[in-house]
Amino acid sequence: MIKTAVETVLKKSNLSAHQIDCLFSGDLLNQCISTSFGIRDFEIPFFGVFGACSTFVEGLILGSTFLDSGAGMNVITSTSSHFCSAEKQFRFPLELGNQRPPTAQWTVTGAAATVLSTFGNGPFITHITPGKIVDKGIKDANNMGAAMAPAAVSTILTHLEDTKRKPSYYDAIITGDLGYVGKEILLDLCNEDGFNLSGNYNDCGVLIFDKEEQDTHSGGSGCGCCGSVFSGYFFNKLRKKEIKKILLVATGALMNSTSSQQGESIPGIAHAVSIELDR
Amino acid sequence: MKTLDSNKKYQNFVDEKSPNSPILKNCFNAFWVGGLICIIGQLIFDYCIFRGFSKDLAGSVVSISLIFISAFLTALNLFNRIGKFAGAGSLIPITGFANSIISPAMEYKSEGYVMGVGAKMFTVAGPVLVYGICSSVIVGIAYLIFNTQAILLI
Repeated sequence: MIKTAVETVLKKSNLSAHQIDCLFSGDLLNQCISTSFGIRDFEIPFFGVFGACSTFVEGLILGSTFLDSGAGMNVITSTSSHFCSAEKQFRFPLELGNQRPPTAQWTVTGAAATVLSTFGNGPFITHITPGKIVDKGIKDANNMGAAMAPAAVSTILTHLEDTKRKPSYYDAIITGDLGYVGKEILLDLCNEDGFNLSGNYNDCGVLIFDKEEQDTHSGGSGCGCCGSVFSGYFFNKLRKKEIKKILLVATGALMNSTSSQQGESIPGIAHAVSIELDR
Repeated sequence: MKTLDSNKKYQNFVDEKSPNSPILKNCFNAFWVGGLICIIGQLIFDYCIFRGFSKDLAGSVVSISLIFISAFLTALNLFNRIGKFAGAGSLIPITGFANSIISPAMEYKSEGYVMGVGAKMFTVAGPVLVYGICSSVIVGIAYLIFNTQAILLI
């Protein structure tokens, strides 16, 4: 999937692989193998990144900083996730007849790739807010939304303070994969701090699936969730000028299957970028 | 006093916000599906006795048949749909045990027959084997010591 995404984005941006200065990419699997195996034929200098489900925005942050520093002119960032391999690595065999709790999320099978350039007419990445790890002691690996929400709150509030902007500045504030449960938690926590996000806030995990028809419980998750919903849906809205300013906040749970079994809690992280039509 | 001030406060807040599993519905479905599986087992048993099998042999035939049905449904991607609906109803009887061995065997075939299928086939069923055998040893020792009918009832 990553291979297809990168091939497609190169075609769409009219660039060839050797015009790309470097590639930032990552995924959920051990040692990010779906990335390595997907991009190995492109011969683009490669930086592997890991941010769990926040990888998409982490790539955008690193890529845009790389361009800003003058180190390159064109950068590709990409990410992917697959339901089956995520289940194999983190949960149970696919054919096992067990039940999932209502707070559980469904890993999105999806991939996304972007080309960031120093030239062009936008949309532009105008601000980046890298996230700090926030761990509020949630141990339930079936309730990732609750584990990651405090990190998202921390990053969003830091961003708004940093930029002196109000939530209403943005046409859309979108988190990566907090799901239905995490979304409600975030709205409440932001309200406590005096920030009302209910007007323009939504979550990719909530948007990507039809809860009733597809029986996906608390919504989508995975690197591909934020990546595909932004690249396939919100980015098109930006191009059509239906929205002008978006704050994209991808959230990740920095755990593995062993840490959960050893009784550890789940540290969360959230990275934010503001993408606007004007510089 | 904010929710994020302490981990305990946040955990309480999360517990309130998180939807609970529909316990009554799950228990009801588990009950009748589990019961149905037992009825099917009993029918097979009675048929075997009718055909002149001994009780022990009939018992084995029941186990083998239920294991086969479960394996067949697992391979057809049907058992997990039954399991989603029935939960413990299909997972606790021997059908669940078979499913818990067949599903990793299918999953890990891509990693080879020895280190994949062979080594990882019991990742889910392992604890059942270990603790099941251990408890039967303990019960056996207790029987030896006390040697009463009461232990047999356990």
